Amino acid sequence: MATIKDELTTAEAWMKAGKEVAIATVVETWGSAPRPTGSHLVIDEAGNFEGSVSGGCVEGAVIAEAIEVISCGEPKMLEFGVADESAWEVGLSCGGNIRVYVERIG
Amino acid sequence: MDPLTLKKLNQHRADRRAALVVTNLGDGRDRVIEEGDPVEGDLGEAITKAFLTGKSGLVEIGDSQFFLNAYLPPPRLVVIGAVHISQALAPIAAIAGYDLEVIDPRTAFATPERFEHAQVFAEWPEDVLKTRPLDAYCAVAAVTHDPKIDDAALVAALNAGCFYVGALGSRKTHAKRVARLKQSGLDETQIDQIRAPIGLNIGAATPAEIAVAIMAQIVEAFRNRGVS
Repeated sequence: MATIKDELTTAEAWMKAGKEVAIATVVETWGSAPRPTGSHLVIDEAGNFEGSVSGGCVEGAVIAEAIEVISCGEPKMLEFGVADESAWEVGLSCGGNIRVYVERIG
Repeated sequence: MDPLTLKKLNQHRADRRAALVVTNLGDGRDRVIEEGDPVEGDLGEAITKAFLTGKSGLVEIGDSQFFLNAYLPPPRLVVIGAVHISQALAPIAAIAGYDLEVIDPRTAFATPERFEHAQVFAEWPEDVLKTRPLDAYCAVAAVTHDPKIDDAALVAALNAGCFYVGALGSRKTHAKRVARLKQSGLDETQIDQIRAPIGLNIGAATPAEIAVAIMAQIVEAFRNRGVS
């Protein structure tokens, strides 16, 4: 069987290499969201990342929050969407809303 | 996330076992559930449903909110016979999200040119399946009409607990097949799993229509795994 290479195996490899890692997961979507519920983005303390939660629209913001989650250790729930004006700059161009749960691994 | 959760999850995925991560969003604790692990109550029901549909989502149980993330192995569709029906099935399976493998030892049939959307193996099924073993997340459709090619694959599929096993042929052909399979040591309950005549009964007449009927039957079997 071919070995799978994706963000979850990357996260495990990063951990084994001694890096601090956070995982972001889409837990809810409304309207047209680019990535389905359950999708992951993994981030290390230096801001390296794999996977996606939105196909590129809000990754920048999620990575910044993830680095904070890595340092403080407390999980965070993030919400993005065009309905939220304060999120305009990092909103989803497709008009959907998503909720993303960000947690540290370990 | 507990590092052990990630490790266990990746192991299940590498072994092509269905797994699910339950995260309590209140306290952040998580655990891995393997398909078939008993979980009681409303949470257990939600987990069973998530395994069947493959859909992840939030559930409220009492005062707590949980996120269930289901990781199902990608279903593999293995077709025995590089025939006209399989040529039509290949693009249909690709659209439906199933990886298709075609196995046929007849080298004139099993050519990559005839199968743009599939992996083709011009070898005997028993040889291919040794290195690419079947599992519960495989569907096997045997469509050569030739017992020399079909039978070994059907036996392997039934023994591996594939979620779908179908075989082309009339009722008469199938009756002979059942007799042969009994001699090869399969019991009746196993043999009864074979969908024959193959495909949902939609009156399919052409090879392409039979392919549609087969694909629909595979989807039905996949979404109703373990539900009778």
